[in-house]
Amino acid sequence: MLQDYIPVLVQLIAVVAVAGGILGASALVGKKRPTREKLSPYECGSVPVGNARERFSISFYLVGMLFILFDVEAVFLYPWAVVYKSLKWFGFIEMFVYIAILLAGYLYLWKKGALDWSR
Amino acid sequence: MMAFQSVDTIRILPEIILSAFAILVMVLEPWVAARKSALGWLSLAGVIAAALATLKTAGSPGLAFGGSVSADGFSLFFVDLFLAIAALCLLGSIHYLERDRVHHGEYYALILLATVGACFMAASTDLIMIFIGLEISSISTYILAGFKRQELASNEASLKYFLLGSFATAFFLYGVALVYGLTGTTNLLRLREQAGGSPGAALAALALILMFVGLAFKVSSAPFQVWTPDVYQGAPAPVTAFLSTAPKAAAFAVLLRIFAGSLAGSGPVSFWVLWISAVLTMTVGNLAAIWQSNVKRLLAYSSIAHAGYVLVGITAGGAEGVSSVLFYLAGYALMNVGAFILVAHLAGRGERRVDVADYTALAAARPSAAALLTVFLVSLAGFPGTVGFFAKFYVFRAAVHAHLIGLVTIALLNSVVSVYYYLKIVVAMYMGEGETGVSAAAMPNALRAAVVLSVAGIFYLGLYPAPLLAALARIPKPGL
Repeated sequence: MLQDYIPVLVQLIAVVAVAGGILGASALVGKKRPTREKLSPYECGSVPVGNARERFSISFYLVGMLFILFDVEAVFLYPWAVVYKSLKWFGFIEMFVYIAILLAGYLYLWKKGALDWSR
Repeated sequence: MMAFQSVDTIRILPEIILSAFAILVMVLEPWVAARKSALGWLSLAGVIAAALATLKTAGSPGLAFGGSVSADGFSLFFVDLFLAIAALCLLGSIHYLERDRVHHGEYYALILLATVGACFMAASTDLIMIFIGLEISSISTYILAGFKRQELASNEASLKYFLLGSFATAFFLYGVALVYGLTGTTNLLRLREQAGGSPGAALAALALILMFVGLAFKVSSAPFQVWTPDVYQGAPAPVTAFLSTAPKAAAFAVLLRIFAGSLAGSGPVSFWVLWISAVLTMTVGNLAAIWQSNVKRLLAYSSIAHAGYVLVGITAGGAEGVSSVLFYLAGYALMNVGAFILVAHLAGRGERRVDVADYTALAAARPSAAALLTVFLVSLAGFPGTVGFFAKFYVFRAAVHAHLIGLVTIALLNSVVSVYYYLKIVVAMYMGEGETGVSAAAMPNALRAAVVLSVAGIFYLGLYPAPLLAALARIPKPGL
């Protein structure tokens, strides 16, 4: 039972090794030219420090949300591509329907002006 | 690999058609600038098309998509019920949205999608698929509850419903996870085969209770009913008409599939959970309704009480219990949708006139509206001649046949209490002195059609319950 989880452990070690390796390598050998902007903490679309009661643009969050939506849905294309051949025409049509629904959503929000940054 | 057959798509054809219309309405929405009501009529056409499709589905019953969806008499009954609810709500919404200046096509798309979710909840025989249906219907209704974006009460309703609803679905999912851990399957039909000799009876009971909590929230049974009055009051009234019927009936369908069917092995636990919940729900709903002065809130508590009566039928179980529950849900849908869309109209622009006091002397000013509302209220109270009477009668009879005399006694006492607050409105309408406060606007034709249809249904089922009851007795019940 327990040895079933060895692949998970291997993956965990690999993740730590790769991520740590890349971060460590860039910390050791990378060139550092800090600027004010680069040193400021990274915060999505808004100024990180200041009064919490201020008005901010909602468009960033809208676009962010739409990005997540379409990104997650694009992920479904990968498993489909792997088994594409064995699914034959059924798989092709199913995916076509799926993309058509996505496209309908895209049309909707395009026409609604959700992608219009200046609005 | 699961082989695909074209019969699979026929078995979910109504849901496919509804989804297609929902997407179509959504895409057309930004292009239709002036007359949004056209989208409402398009949605209604979609509901009718889906209703026609159920005839085709009924022609080829059976399991679809690897046994995760079942097209049987049971699920088709619920699909037809949800389509009827959706149609009545759409008819009641079109003018309401115009009047209250929230006419956006998304409303119609969301109603259709919520209906799709409810259909999948009733039709699924796999816990994961049930969960997906639950989420589709829940997320659509969360948005619908807050559809009046400019109104704080509507925002509050949406947020409350969303927070508590997602909490409850988490409970359901936890129960599903336990079931999977215990048995290695989420398929209800396979669970049914394993039931009885399954290891870990205590864990199975826990799983059952967790799933019950998730569904009890959706049917607003005590002690998980606290959100109901606030949400039903804050949401736009036609949305409340939908909320209080379709997702509720769908959750009852799931309860029937799980409790009357698959997990019957753990008998005493599920029996007592249902018994206690039924008693609490009826009593809390009725006792709280007495004190309400807001009509929407009063009807919200009344809908809690009705959930309790339905739970009596589920506790009774057996073929008779299940039939009586299905009959009850059909009757309840007619009277509740009718009452709420009529209240929505009478409340006037912005739904300002929703106090019981506003209904004073309504009969003198607007006799037809008062008469129609009286039919709904009297039916909710369960007077003979209306569907409310036979609905209660069959549920209580099933419980008596199951030797639940104590439960039936409590239920009967509750019905007596409920008569008081329903008649309170009727008395105010007919015997109250003074000026009526409700809107004097003429009833739009679409709304009138919906209200008259529900009243016709109430009287038809109240006077000739036999055909529907015979049809319900014929359909195969899950797990029996």
